[in-house]
Amino acid sequence: MADPKISIRNLYKIFGDDPQAALTHAKAGMHKDELLEAHRHVLGLRDINVDMQAGEITVVMGLSGSGKSTLIRHLNRLIEPTDGEVVIAGENIMDYSDAQLRALRRKQMSMVFQKFALLPHRTVLENAATPMIVDGEKRSAWEAEATKWLDRVGLQGQGPQYPHQLSGGMQQRVGIARALTSNSDIMLMDEAFSALDPLIRTDMQDLLLELQRELQKTVVFITHDLDEALKLADHLVILKDGEVVQQGEPQHILMHPNDPYIVDFISDINRARVLRARTVMRETTEDPGGLAGAVDENATLEDVIAKADGDTNLSFRVLRDDTMAGILSMTDVVKALVPTDAAEDGMRKAS
Amino acid sequence: MATYDWIFDGLGLRQWCDGDGSGGSAPMSMADLMNQTGNAPERTIWDTPFPSMDALNDACASFPQSRELTRGLERGFLDIKDALSYVLDPLTQPLSWALQNALWLFQETPWWIMIPVLALVVLAISKSWKLVAFVAGSFAALAFIDYYDYAMQTLAIIFVCAVICVALGVPIGIAMSRSDRFQGGMIPVLDMLQTLPPFVYLIPLIFLFSVTEPKLYGIAIILYAIVPVIRLTNLGIRLVDKEVIEAADAFGMTKRQKLYGVQIPLALPNIMAGVNQTIMMSLAMVVIASLVSAPGLGVLVLRGIRNLELGVGLISGLGIVLLAVILDRSTKAALARVNAAQKH
Ligand SMILES: Nc1ncnc2c1ncn2[C@@H]1O[C@H](COP(=O)(O)OP(=O)(O)OP(=O)(O)O)[C@@H](O)[C@H]1O
Ligand SMILES: [Mg+2]
Repeated sequence: MADPKISIRNLYKIFGDDPQAALTHAKAGMHKDELLEAHRHVLGLRDINVDMQAGEITVVMGLSGSGKSTLIRHLNRLIEPTDGEVVIAGENIMDYSDAQLRALRRKQMSMVFQKFALLPHRTVLENAATPMIVDGEKRSAWEAEATKWLDRVGLQGQGPQYPHQLSGGMQQRVGIARALTSNSDIMLMDEAFSALDPLIRTDMQDLLLELQRELQKTVVFITHDLDEALKLADHLVILKDGEVVQQGEPQHILMHPNDPYIVDFISDINRARVLRARTVMRETTEDPGGLAGAVDENATLEDVIAKADGDTNLSFRVLRDDTMAGILSMTDVVKALVPTDAAEDGMRKAS
Repeated sequence: MATYDWIFDGLGLRQWCDGDGSGGSAPMSMADLMNQTGNAPERTIWDTPFPSMDALNDACASFPQSRELTRGLERGFLDIKDALSYVLDPLTQPLSWALQNALWLFQETPWWIMIPVLALVVLAISKSWKLVAFVAGSFAALAFIDYYDYAMQTLAIIFVCAVICVALGVPIGIAMSRSDRFQGGMIPVLDMLQTLPPFVYLIPLIFLFSVTEPKLYGIAIILYAIVPVIRLTNLGIRLVDKEVIEAADAFGMTKRQKLYGVQIPLALPNIMAGVNQTIMMSLAMVVIASLVSAPGLGVLVLRGIRNLELGVGLISGLGIVLLAVILDRSTKAALARVNAAQKH
């Protein structure tokens, strides 16, 4: 695999009066509750190791207080770590001077915020152009670029408005346009869609996926919503009490959760809608005959069930780039839909 | 025989008390005088005096009386006075100069230029024709009853003092918002400036500067009126949405870009509210400052009190109210416009 774009190594963050002293306890194996009880320090992050690949969407998921915001703010050093490294494109940004850090924030990274964080006294156009204005570019340059991205996110003609004149969904589109105007490779999104209502939220997720197909940025996306995580993630990191409990391909985590916390998390979701043919199929290139038809490897089980019209005796050929990759039997499909089964299976593997 | 003899006897200080014979020359306290007339009455537990400086002085002549405390303070101040005015005089000279020039400008400009200019200024900051009509009408009314010159003097003083308050107060407020320690040190000072009766800081100022100099009342007004603009600048900047500040950092703004591009604009409604209060407080102080030769409507109020000229006092009081309303409405209208421009 290619070198990761962002690599977080042994990252610790402890909030309190004397984080260094508490750090030794955390390194000795203390967890969040114990550290708070015994030493009155809040464990923000403990021994985080995550690699994020260029061009992928890495989703960090966890409940409130699990340290998601703390983690993403280490990537541009809005928060200083207590210990550990963040390596971006091969350079440890902990060694950066103030000027280097500013350059990193201007050129290589942009950020989208949960509550939009637009400047209320600037127009939509000026807001979208913020990264270029900050960088001292001429009006003619930033006007063209910001207009281009505002158009791209569906805000044609809204440039002269002020943020408070727009709806929440539109304001977040400005937030995304602002991030895109910086032309940075990395986009950090902290619960970017959490403040939006469900329909708008789906729209925004689709917009992000569409932009991502086109632009291939390295996206770090924070969410506490599993459906959103599964929809967007190429790589899923699950955080609990400041620690990574599991990370990997989302489909793999669904089939093999290694922690009761994750089992809880995934027990409520509609598995038919998120599991894909390639996850459940048996890999083979031999055609045993008697197959009812072909499905794409990325088809959801819901699609497959619809195609079989509910008949559980059928089997399908699974295609990857139009060549056969495996066989999917409806019996396996139905089995995969039972969460406890999957959970037990996962628990057995973990222990 | 005084109540607290036993303390000094007990401590073996009796000799020191009677030693230098200062007991005889110390000025008599009120109680001494009372005691001299007639026999000292029998002391019961009910009228045991608090062991105050004067009571202890009764028992021990070498112990200082309380009037020596105030006199000591006075002497100390007089001792450093020369050094202090040596430093402060040149530093504050521009204030005298600004006040003199503003007074000259406001009075020498003919009324038919001055009133339209004021109306235009009000129009520019408030964008309200109603207010402009009110302002023009008020000044015309003041001019009609021959109070125009006094009103202009008051306005000139407020103008200079308010500008200086903002020019000093906003940077101090910004510095406070950036450092918790500086804020911690400044808050008691601001509390003191705000609660001290204004007459109190006139006293040392009178010693420091000659009463004929405009800076005397200028400093008094500024000290009194600068507090709200400092406080509200500090507060306004501290209240700026944390996520917006984070966004400014995340997009790599320098401290300077953040201050001028984000913090000050977003704190502007609060800063303007502070400016409004500062102006109102300078107006209140300008009347008191007439005691130390500040010209303007306050002089007429004083005349009303001193000579019992009821009519003059009331009319000039009303003139001050009119000025207050004008200044308040204009700054509030400007504030409302800022607020409307940055609703969240
Ligand atoms: N400045 C701070 N001082 C002390 N504790 C902090 C600070 N910032 C965060 N924490 C603690 O660190 C933990 C992680 O906080 P964080 O904001 O990263 O959570 P989160 O996963 O983003 O939660 P949410 O979904 O509510 O945004 C929490 O227990 C929080 O109380
Ligand atoms: Mg958060």
